[in-house]
Amino acid sequence: MSSLHLAILAPLIVSIFIPLFYKIFRRIHTGWFVLPLPILLFVYFLSILPITMSGKSLIKIINWIPSLGINFTVKVDGLGLLFSLLITGIGALVVLYSIYYLAKNKEKLNHFYVYLLLFMGAMLGVVLSDNLIVMYAFWELTSFSSFLLIGYWYERDKSRYGAQKSMLITVFGGLAMLGGFILLYIMTGTFSFTELMSQANDIFNHALFVPALLCILLGAFTKSAQFPFYIWLPDAMEAPTPVSAYLHSATMVKAGIYLVARFTPVFGEHYLWFWLVTGVGILTMIWGSVFAVKQTDLKAILAFSTVSQLGLIMSLLGAGAAAHHYKFLDENIFTVAVTAAIFHLINHATFKGSLFMVAGIVDHETGTRDIRKLGGLIHFMPITFTISIIGAFSMAGLPPFNGFLSKEMFFTAMVHVTEMDIFNLETWGILFPVFAWIASIFTFVYSMILVFKTFTGKYQPEKLEKIPHEASIGLLISPAILVSLVIIFGFFPNLLSDSLISPAMASILPSLLGAGEEFKVHISFWHGINIELFMTLGVIILGVFLYQTLSRWKPIYKSIPEKLALNRFYDFLIEGVQSGSYTFTKSYMNGSIRSYLVYVFAFFIFILATTLIGKNAITFDTSNVSSIGVYEVILAIFVVLGSICILFAKSRMTSIILLGAVGYTVSLFYVLFRAPDLALTQLVIETISVALFLVCFYHLPKLRKFETRMSFKLTNALISIGVGAVVTLIALSAHSSKLFDSISQYYVENTYKEAAGKNMVNVILVDFRGFDTLFEITVLAIASLGIFGMIKLRLNRRKEG
Amino acid sequence: MEILMAFVIGILFMTATYLMLSKSLLRIIVGTGLLSHGAHLLILTMGGLKRGAAPILGGNAESYTDPLPQALILTAIVISFGVTAFFLVLAYRAYQELGTDNIEEMRGTEKDD
Repeated sequence: MSSLHLAILAPLIVSIFIPLFYKIFRRIHTGWFVLPLPILLFVYFLSILPITMSGKSLIKIINWIPSLGINFTVKVDGLGLLFSLLITGIGALVVLYSIYYLAKNKEKLNHFYVYLLLFMGAMLGVVLSDNLIVMYAFWELTSFSSFLLIGYWYERDKSRYGAQKSMLITVFGGLAMLGGFILLYIMTGTFSFTELMSQANDIFNHALFVPALLCILLGAFTKSAQFPFYIWLPDAMEAPTPVSAYLHSATMVKAGIYLVARFTPVFGEHYLWFWLVTGVGILTMIWGSVFAVKQTDLKAILAFSTVSQLGLIMSLLGAGAAAHHYKFLDENIFTVAVTAAIFHLINHATFKGSLFMVAGIVDHETGTRDIRKLGGLIHFMPITFTISIIGAFSMAGLPPFNGFLSKEMFFTAMVHVTEMDIFNLETWGILFPVFAWIASIFTFVYSMILVFKTFTGKYQPEKLEKIPHEASIGLLISPAILVSLVIIFGFFPNLLSDSLISPAMASILPSLLGAGEEFKVHISFWHGINIELFMTLGVIILGVFLYQTLSRWKPIYKSIPEKLALNRFYDFLIEGVQSGSYTFTKSYMNGSIRSYLVYVFAFFIFILATTLIGKNAITFDTSNVSSIGVYEVILAIFVVLGSICILFAKSRMTSIILLGAVGYTVSLFYVLFRAPDLALTQLVIETISVALFLVCFYHLPKLRKFETRMSFKLTNALISIGVGAVVTLIALSAHSSKLFDSISQYYVENTYKEAAGKNMVNVILVDFRGFDTLFEITVLAIASLGIFGMIKLRLNRRKEG
Repeated sequence: MEILMAFVIGILFMTATYLMLSKSLLRIIVGTGLLSHGAHLLILTMGGLKRGAAPILGGNAESYTDPLPQALILTAIVISFGVTAFFLVLAYRAYQELGTDNIEEMRGTEKDD
């Protein structure tokens, strides 16, 4: 166990102790016990930074199931470290924020922090595992913890609905991804990502390559809320705001981005990868941004904006993957897309995190998040306003904030797409910058709505539940730190370029680097007068125009149906599956024991008969049979007659006596078959059984014939004949084919030697198989306890009666 | 002999199944009794019948019948007795409580408490 493994498992270990802290230190907010952990982890991951900056990676292995190629291998490279820093860094800020957001007296803090830590550990596991199966396990754990956190206020219908929705969609994607991993394993014979990458070129033309690609993209798209799977993210906003800021904007939804980035070296050269990742990404971006404009809930705006921004990053990664086709360009202009993707990933975490926290503050201090009720809060909450305007301007892509830089690079990357001469991009490539530009205009508009509808305009105190006032300092620290990062990264973007962006790019595009090389990243404000600058200017001018005339456009926005077809489809599917399976189960689980027995016997006949026939096991061999004596024939006739007579017995007395007769005959059989112990036991047991039947005889009801219908009898007869026939066949075949020697000779030889007994059956029972007998006695004891209990039991109903 | 026994066992299983599929509780119990007889004979037959003396040392026999199936059946006889006894008392009590021995009438529905 290395320190790296410990770092991943630490949140899971600490989570065990959270309920204890909660119970013992009730006066102290449980969050204070959690806070040191992400800070420590953040510092720890920072200490690894020099290793990844020098282009190396850190690998530690714990053997888990080596025979299946599943090991807990941890690998820290540029990409993994970037995500680890995000997870722990934002994690620390979110925990701090939650301490002030969730009241210690009212909330179930023990639950909350356990789930949160579970998520943190799982997410670290996802981004640091080198083994695909281990990564999958952590991936699903993030889905589960997200489910628990969305359903944190489980008494609300909407929370449960949102939790279920996110769970179903992301786990569906996760399973698809697992399928993709297994396909990769079939092709390469390894679950290790590092080994997989070295074989990437060999599997490119494999028949399973495209199915694996599609499966893995399905996992990424569901997790990162891409079109059309994004529908779970807006509903996930039912979670407490710290959770939304953490899971549903900064980290978990970026797991899909991570997956795409991780697999770019494997799949990136394929045209499907480019078209799907870039196309779906840009479509999601424009779709999300348009829907964000028509929302009225602050968190809903942010949710759709997150969908849109995730689409942006996704499309950049897709475009960047195309750089694989231009290996020999000295200045590979297409890698700028990957640079932009990573840079925007960091930026998005900073500004979106702060905006979520601001939305939480507004909700906390006014009691509503509805922008129709809010307005004019600038006078009450000046600090919150400052934070949110910086965040929103960065999101809109305005200078001098970091969002401006990455948005400019985004435009650059999209414009470069038109210069590519692969995958039919000469004709269709122009769509990408156009879509990107349109989406950016709507991004601008909703960013403005977010700030100005909340903080400026008419103050409507009568619509608010509380009198608004500035948030406490504790709530403001975290968003303030995030927006200061927005400004710092805006002015000094090159702080990130060598430390984080370049190593991460090396993980995404390793084949473009020679030995010892690294990507030279330099981000600058001023690129000269070029098309990107005009695009940004256009966004601002059109955006301001659209925002100013927002009320006129309302009808058009409204004409987009309120209940989306996609959501309807999901609801329809869920209801259909539920009612369908209910009806189906109801139709065969009808509560009648007879039906169940019919299923059991029918299956018995089916499975044994098909096996007998399928394995060609029916044999009939008379060479090895023993002689038939007169007595045996008589006994056989007795048994057969007796058992058939029971079928037609009219009274219970007859059937009990006939059963006894069959039993005694069987014991005579044992005598003839040289089994004296069995004969004795059977005689004793049969006597007791008959006695017991007769004791109950007095109480038992008259034997009535319930079954009257012919079809009923016919089914029964058919099934019983089937069972009898199959058993006869098995008995014949078992006798006729001896696959291996009997083990009985051992007992014959050792009975006296080992156990000093002469009766082999007895010795086997008490010496060789002593435990069997012990458990046999246990069964009898349980049965007798049950009988005793039943006789003593008087149900309440009787007493009352 | 084994061939004959195979048919005897088949008939035992057949009647047992028919009885278990009926609606009367008593007939079901009788059916389980027959089923266990059939199963015991099946195990014994599969091991081969009458291949030597009874499995008790000291008689100077040259060979013995297979002791292992006998040991298995001995356990099975006792356990099937336990189960039959349990079942019988269950039927008796169920009849007392519910006033019927028709299992179709005992069918629990979700509306019942």
